[in-house]
Amino acid sequence: MSDFSLWIIVKNLIWATQWTVILSLIAFVGGGIVGMILLFLRTSQVKWLEVPTKLYIEFFQGTPLLMQLFLFFFGVALFGIEVSPWMAAGLALTLWTSAFLTEIWRGCVEAVPKGQWEASASVAMSYIEQMRYVILPQAMRIAIAPTVGFSVQVIKGTALASIIGFVELTKAGTMLNNATFRPFLVYSLVALIYFCLCFPLSWFAKRLEGRLNVAR
Amino acid sequence: MTYHLEFSALLPYWQDLAWGLLFTIVLTVVSTAVGIAVGTLGASARTFGPAWLSGIVRVYVELIRNTPFIVQLFFIFFGLPALGLRLTETTAAFVAMVVNLGAYSTEIIRAGIEATPKGHIEAGVSLAMSRLEVLRYIVLRQAFAKIYPALSSQIVIVMLGSAVVSQISAPDLTYAANFIQSRNFRAFEVYFVVALIYLVLAIVLRYVLRVIGDRFVKVS
Repeated sequence: MSDFSLWIIVKNLIWATQWTVILSLIAFVGGGIVGMILLFLRTSQVKWLEVPTKLYIEFFQGTPLLMQLFLFFFGVALFGIEVSPWMAAGLALTLWTSAFLTEIWRGCVEAVPKGQWEASASVAMSYIEQMRYVILPQAMRIAIAPTVGFSVQVIKGTALASIIGFVELTKAGTMLNNATFRPFLVYSLVALIYFCLCFPLSWFAKRLEGRLNVAR
Repeated sequence: MTYHLEFSALLPYWQDLAWGLLFTIVLTVVSTAVGIAVGTLGASARTFGPAWLSGIVRVYVELIRNTPFIVQLFFIFFGLPALGLRLTETTAAFVAMVVNLGAYSTEIIRAGIEATPKGHIEAGVSLAMSRLEVLRYIVLRQAFAKIYPALSSQIVIVMLGSAVVSQISAPDLTYAANFIQSRNFRAFEVYFVVALIYLVLAIVLRYVLRVIGDRFVKVS
């Protein structure tokens, strides 16, 4: 058994943290883009667009993220498509994030008073124009706090990528634990690093929420 | 290469799935009940307790809410034995679920408690109710009615999150899926069917929680 000093453990964990951050960013940005597209489909009032979007959201919100990761990683490989842990984790987390962001943002869009839709329709704006110039700018103000809040869920969600072999913070913790047999120390440090990533975001989301309530 | 879907390959394993499902259901029900009890105590301590207790509860809530469930689970299962507290997979799974839901429900119930109008508490006190009676009949009753929807969705989230306990080999539904997959190599079929089972479970759970809410929680 090699001799691991505390410093080596910390150094390796911090090195692995970058992959947690990168995966979180991919999921969040990718999920944001897909979520925005879904939001347009979901609020378009076109029936045949709305139903598949609803099913998509129901599937990704109603099944465990772990199951989605397994489906992408083990399931898709059976069809002859090579799937790396990177791709499976990135894709599954992106789709999972998009489903939640769509629902959060839909709530914000629906919070915009009906009169805004009617007024913009009465000046002959198309649906896209209504969203772009009238609804979204107002919905965005309310959306910021819950969106920042959800980013914490995304960071925590990336921990599951460790299970399909993606080396990020949690996986690095497991590997270090296997090498050092100091689970208490290693997992405490892992938890501490996650806390340092998530707490500022949680705190910021709460502050934004408070500020919004004052403005109302 | 073409791959032919063969869902019938799951049939011989239906008992494994049934046991896994049962474990997941029991795990969810028990940890919901205990977790909400922890949350109620936590929220009461946070709002009405002395400063030091309120501080401890706050640290607990923030620590749990800002770390992944899987890390909490690993900490409890792999980390605590170093302190001499050795738990079986199943016990560790239950403890981790309770600790997790306890923290979230503390925060949710606290929001409900803080929304109770001051006048209601004063009215209760003026009727010579004890502090505990005020808490039980006036504050908590209204708090639960207000936060019930938020609490319900958190329960569903925790149920879905429980899939992770398979990683310490607690025999839940996901564990059954992994087991079957390792036997018949039908990964897509197994995970797809199990994902659908979770979906149905989530829908049923939401429905049951709504019925319970309509019958017992609403303040008429």
